[in-house]
Amino acid sequence: MSATTDAGAHAITEPQRTPLYDEHIALGARMVEFAGYEMPLQYTSLIEEHNATRTSAGLFDVSHMAQFRISGEGAYAFLQRLLTNDLARIADVGAAQYTLMLDDEGGILDDLIVYHTGAEYMIIANAANRVIDLAWLRNHAPDDVEIVDESDRTALLALQGPEALRILSELIGEEFEPPARFHLVAAMLDERIPALVARTGYTGEDGVELIVRADDAATLWRALLSFPEVTPVGLGARDTLRLEMGYPLYGTDMDETRNPIEAGLGWVCPADKTGYIGAEAVARARAETVEERLVHLKVEGGIPRQGSIVRANDVTDGAGTEIGRVLSGSHSPTYGFGMATAYLPTRFAEPDTEVTVDIRKKSVTGVVVKPPYTR
Amino acid sequence: MATSTHPDDRLYTSDHEWVKIEDDTARVGITEFAQEQLGDIVYIELPDEGASLSAGEPFGEVESVKSVSELFMPGDGVVVEVNTALEETPDLINSDPYGEGWIARIKFSDLALDELLDTPAYCELCEA
Repeated sequence: MSATTDAGAHAITEPQRTPLYDEHIALGARMVEFAGYEMPLQYTSLIEEHNATRTSAGLFDVSHMAQFRISGEGAYAFLQRLLTNDLARIADVGAAQYTLMLDDEGGILDDLIVYHTGAEYMIIANAANRVIDLAWLRNHAPDDVEIVDESDRTALLALQGPEALRILSELIGEEFEPPARFHLVAAMLDERIPALVARTGYTGEDGVELIVRADDAATLWRALLSFPEVTPVGLGARDTLRLEMGYPLYGTDMDETRNPIEAGLGWVCPADKTGYIGAEAVARARAETVEERLVHLKVEGGIPRQGSIVRANDVTDGAGTEIGRVLSGSHSPTYGFGMATAYLPTRFAEPDTEVTVDIRKKSVTGVVVKPPYTR
Repeated sequence: MATSTHPDDRLYTSDHEWVKIEDDTARVGITEFAQEQLGDIVYIELPDEGASLSAGEPFGEVESVKSVSELFMPGDGVVVEVNTALEETPDLINSDPYGEGWIARIKFSDLALDELLDTPAYCELCEA
């Protein structure tokens, strides 16, 4: 037996640890290096953790993610220039949005959540991009903008699933009114842990992400796990949960070589917003029809893996011709079929288009679907 | 890994497969250690019954959500039976790797006995 794995780890030098490292070890988690951090891959069973999140509540340590605060007189104008989505849409204090940071050619530098906390903006970014994002932000920042990297001072926990809000209200008190979706509110958890409660996530389930001081992380972790409905969930299930929803993963599904239109993220780049870095390239891509698009494939009869070859079925295009490679590939615990993403020529991007996916020695059919995946 | 989890009625390969000789055929499967490393098994590729395979040749695949492992023949032989229950419930390998989770029954014409490990030697390998 020889195993190959595609956990997607980026080896840097010494892996870092989140404030919850000891908790993961105490729970017997299998640890894996991801984006320079030692993170839990799974605690007991990836499928059980996945299903617990879909049916009850899953607790995730996502403290590896980067967190920046942008403040100062010029913060709004600065972020309007650096981010694709329109900050005017989150004028309300506490509102948040999904957004992208592009380079001058429209290549995606990172995908982010930006929160309007009032006097400041807070950005949650991909862990692997922390250094690059900070450099890009600082290189473009005018004098009236201050950028602070909060990543090491805070911990980020995600509580996701149909029971998440009820459990949270038990920790806060009956009078607690959860923030609206994509909104944030400050609250005292368990009468002792000050937290920012954001109604965001990466699983497709209702739930929250909780930003707390690093020193409070373990206390909150244990308080949440004291509810029998809450299951700790590792990166393995985080990946299958997000893939079932069709949420892209930076560094796998897109990077600086892809523009938002190719990546299916045109909706984060409002056509009526101009003047941001990469805007001209996005407008061009939108007008000219891109050559390739990120598609989601439903695959029966095998599990596609990163690098699996995708071939044309259409004989007019030469059946069997390689048209792409799988980027994200996994198994859907909810539906029992294989899931894959790939950039395919635009004419193959229509839902219901059938293609062939090579899974080692055999070839199986992949069908283009518009996520989220369903039965 | 507790040593008691590897039964002493069979032999092991360094690739974490087990071989249990019963009269003139042998059942093969993967070990407790292997199933734990793989995690939730969701898919299995079984060999064809009647297939004649040489030592070292792949005879199937065990696939979990995160990874895939090939199974290699521990000797020359003919596949006489496959565990078709695994097609519907491959997680039998997780729950009972040494029993219900057996993979194939093989009539070996040659088995590299000197390369197979007994239970203490296999336990040592897993703990290394």
